[in-house]
Amino acid sequence: MKAAVIPGLFLVGATALGAASVSAAPIPAPARQEQLRALVTQDCGSCHGMTRKGGLGSPLLAENLAGIGDEALVATILDGRPGTPMPPWRALLSEDDALWIVHHLKGEMP
Amino acid sequence: MKRLAVVAALVALSACAEAPMRATGDLGLVVERADGALQLVETSHNTRLSRVSGLGDLSHASVVYSRDERYAFVFGRDGGLSKVDMLSGRVVGRVMQSGNSIGGAISQDGRLVAVANYTPGGVRVFDTDTLEMVADIPALGADGQTSKVVGLEDAPGNRFVFSLYDSGEIWLADLKDPKKPAIRKFTGIGKQPYDALVTEDGRYYMAGLFGEDGIAMVDLWNPEAGVRRILDHYGKGQQPLPVYKMPHLEGWAASGTQAFLPAIGRHEVLVVDTTTWREVGRIAVAGQPVFAMLRPDGRQMWVNFALPDNGKVQVIDVPSLSVVKTIEPGPGVLHMEFTPRGERVWLSSRDADHVTVWDTETLEQVAELPASKPSGIFFTARAHRIGL
Ligand code: HEC
Repeated sequence: MKAAVIPGLFLVGATALGAASVSAAPIPAPARQEQLRALVTQDCGSCHGMTRKGGLGSPLLAENLAGIGDEALVATILDGRPGTPMPPWRALLSEDDALWIVHHLKGEMP
Repeated sequence: MKRLAVVAALVALSACAEAPMRATGDLGLVVERADGALQLVETSHNTRLSRVSGLGDLSHASVVYSRDERYAFVFGRDGGLSKVDMLSGRVVGRVMQSGNSIGGAISQDGRLVAVANYTPGGVRVFDTDTLEMVADIPALGADGQTSKVVGLEDAPGNRFVFSLYDSGEIWLADLKDPKKPAIRKFTGIGKQPYDALVTEDGRYYMAGLFGEDGIAMVDLWNPEAGVRRILDHYGKGQQPLPVYKMPHLEGWAASGTQAFLPAIGRHEVLVVDTTTWREVGRIAVAGQPVFAMLRPDGRQMWVNFALPDNGKVQVIDVPSLSVVKTIEPGPGVLHMEFTPRGERVWLSSRDADHVTVWDTETLEQVAELPASKPSGIFFTARAHRIGL
């Protein structure tokens, strides 16, 4: 019984360490990242295309976003673009979520 | 000699008879959008028959059917137009007709299929037999810019009607001579038309506007009269909620003189009087409606919702305009399709990876079919409906 518990403990320790070493900014927990990945593909995808090549919304490929600052993109995601169909996501996404999405879209996060 | 011919005919017959003979009237396709595949389904016993793959990016894919209900034309997001044989379950034709498309329509005579494109914006028309392009209509707006095309619908008289999102126009293209489309343009119809429908009788084309309130309507019996603006309050109005998913107008149908529309950015379905085109009521619902679809007999309406309420579906009793049941068929409900006479409705739950079938009388689930990230459900009966 004891032997079975110890590897589990090691695993937990390793993930916590791994997360801490990536960045000082709080990044969403792995389970949340999973949800965000699905949100980007499916829900952002309904306007921007599941492959992010654009649709009613502009293309969101890494090359399209490379020249735009993270903060500006976070603001667009959280506050939307009034006068266009891009909605504000603040009610569903935190600042950390939005920043993670920006890194994810830019190809800096898997 | 005669004998030989008979034997040859028998051999040919038995070769065909490998698969039992069947008709297509109770068939349909379920889009599995993540895998670029389709499930061929059958609604008499609620079963899956086969899977068709290799159709590219099927996010926001839609399907129309040939008049004999034998072939499906599938419009993919990546600009692919595929022709699927409903009997063999095979892709029998495919063209990459643009970089980015949003949907299409089939002509009244069944000989032409038209595709609406975002980039480059315009409509391309193909021969349904050969998938050869017969007409190319770039959407160069009155502002001199190419526009995204949305809300492409078929109309009687072998016409197609569509809207230009960026320049705010409606174009009516007459394809009686497919090589020389005659186009009538209505400009200044309002800001950002985002979707449209043709009424079941083929008479009215209505485009919902995202950039302002109201609906732009063309009477196709009398296009000379121009565009009329109806439902001036239809839209976001004051203090709207964020719209996470654009509502669809496709399910619009009239029950008597009442028609129903999903409100934009509000938890309501609007009731419209089709004799005056005025709003006569609102039904409070569980979220922002995406599809508000009437059962074919008009007695009942089923409504699904945008995030964060996209796990629910509500059933509305039309005579009393009240919600009679809220169901949760599995998270991420994307589409609904009634069987031709409406005794069943099929619901796709993207995040549950299944499709459920409901009895519309008892409002109980009668079947569940696995499907990978299912989105649109399209039954062959659409072949005989104007505007689908
Ligand atoms: C209802 C449709 C819709 C949905 C859903 C949507 N967007 Fe958008 N988005 C748009 C439109 C339209 C634009 C272009 C606005 C403009 O014309 O300036 C846009 C623009 C953007 C931009 C700015 C791109 C640039 O080049 O400046 C970003 C970033 C963005 N969206 C991210 C997202 C993310 C992330 C999601 C999902 C959480 C999302 N969008 C969901 C419609 C949508």
